[in-house]
Amino acid sequence: MRRFSWFNATSLTLGFAFLYMPMIILVIYSFNESKLVTVWAGFSTKWYGELAGNQQFLDAAWVTIKVAVASSTLATIFGTMAALVLVRAGRFPGRTLFSGMIYAPLVMPEVITGLSLLLLFISIGLDRGVFTIVLAHTTFSMCYVSVVVSSRLVTFDQSLEEAALDLGCTPVKAFQLVTLPIIAPAVISGWLLAFTLSLDDLVIASFASGPSSTTLPIKIFSAVRLGVSPEINALSTIMIGIVTVGVITASLISKRASVKQQRDEQAAARAT
Amino acid sequence: MRRLPLIIVPYLWLLLLFLVPFLIVLKISLSDTALAIPPYKPTLDLSTGWEGIRAFFAALDLENFKFLASDELYWRAYLSSLKIAGISTVLALFVGYPIAYAMAQAPDEWRPTLMMLVILPFWTSFLIRVYSWMGILSNEGFLNQFLLWTGIISAPLTILNTNTAVYIGIVYTYLPFMILPIYAALDKLDTSLLEAAEDLGCSRTSAFWLVTIPLSKSGIIAGCFLVFIPALGEFVIPSLLGGSNSLMIGKVLWEEFFSNRDWPVASAVAVILLLILIIPIILFQRNEQNQREAGK
Repeated sequence: MRRFSWFNATSLTLGFAFLYMPMIILVIYSFNESKLVTVWAGFSTKWYGELAGNQQFLDAAWVTIKVAVASSTLATIFGTMAALVLVRAGRFPGRTLFSGMIYAPLVMPEVITGLSLLLLFISIGLDRGVFTIVLAHTTFSMCYVSVVVSSRLVTFDQSLEEAALDLGCTPVKAFQLVTLPIIAPAVISGWLLAFTLSLDDLVIASFASGPSSTTLPIKIFSAVRLGVSPEINALSTIMIGIVTVGVITASLISKRASVKQQRDEQAAARAT
Repeated sequence: MRRLPLIIVPYLWLLLLFLVPFLIVLKISLSDTALAIPPYKPTLDLSTGWEGIRAFFAALDLENFKFLASDELYWRAYLSSLKIAGISTVLALFVGYPIAYAMAQAPDEWRPTLMMLVILPFWTSFLIRVYSWMGILSNEGFLNQFLLWTGIISAPLTILNTNTAVYIGIVYTYLPFMILPIYAALDKLDTSLLEAAEDLGCSRTSAFWLVTIPLSKSGIIAGCFLVFIPALGEFVIPSLLGGSNSLMIGKVLWEEFFSNRDWPVASAVAVILLLILIIPIILFQRNEQNQREAGK
């Protein structure tokens, strides 16, 4: 039984304090009565009320969610296809270029991706709006999805799919019945990753958006450039709350699933 | 050829929305600024056939790059980005290594929780995490109030809108990128090696320097690149925490494009940034490959 040494306990405490203190302070001050963010003047939820009445923020939030749902779904489809190509397709002309294009966006500075997409949209005369943001987000998040999915596909036992084919499945059917259920956890986490990347993105959306399509990060950025505001603190608190609940639920579900899988495997082992 | 459609769809998508945009950036970086829509020339005119294409290529030149090389602002911005990214990476290593080390030594039942606590900030908005420091570091901010209250300082420190705030912001937002690869390397470490070192007369400290550090080298290298590469082109952190005092190339590119509307120069700035980034990216790839081969 290993215990924490005092040194390890101290570095963990300090480390997590550093990671979480700023967000905790932000949440506390979102309940501050005073307009001056740094002076505590009593508990109040009035900034949440102001936020609910701020049509601009609500509109931006709606645009952001639409973009995130559309782009993460597209990115999951294309990213899974790309992962299948990377892991399964073997050699084909232009394979090096293909894998290069999958990995390059992961390390590309956002300002460059944003600039290049904007210049593309302008040169083909595409009006900027929700549609162009979806195109931009799909492009960079499909690469993240394909990395997540291909890491699962590598460990996948291909003989299962071959068995299905031998037993008379069409390739599409075999994919649906065998491959997809097995890689499903990776596909779902890929979707979630693409969704949060899209919700979060400021730089690429700023380049790809038009005047009529402001997303929430763009709105928040232009507000906080002028300084700290209690309304933004309230908005941040809501967003932090949603993420925390989401991540904890997801980890509980996956923990339960893995416990169930272990039990099934043990039962199967006993049965044989 | 049932796999053909599978290849074609993502391939075409990436060609059209990743590669072609780059070629456009490259082309515009070789063009001249013009008072027109779009605000650069030449534009390719196919109606005049071969003549048009030849005239188009003849009009491309390296003038923007010569301009970048001659203007001190850009030199200073590139150097300052390299400096800020480098210092932040070292700081992140010093903060991240003890955390990763403690996680790898933690009791088994604690590890999933500790892992989740490191990953959780990843899912929280980057923008909000950077913003949360604005309220802490400002002159009337939380940190100054605290330090004044404890009597450590007698006048508020100016931290916000300096490079110090940028270092704090980068270390804070990219710390999980440093912790996770180091933790992965330390987790694989065979503890019997440490016992052997101690049996052979090594003190615990020198066993750490002689065994633990060299065996976690690949994790350290991966973590450093994962912090350095995105930090180099960072825009949000210097513009929110660094104010007008901090000079980083991502911010220069943004301003060149949105404020000065000088598209050719902005494109040239992007091309050079990319050329600078290729070196650490190749080194990072090589490190990953070595690790994979060592794992086999």
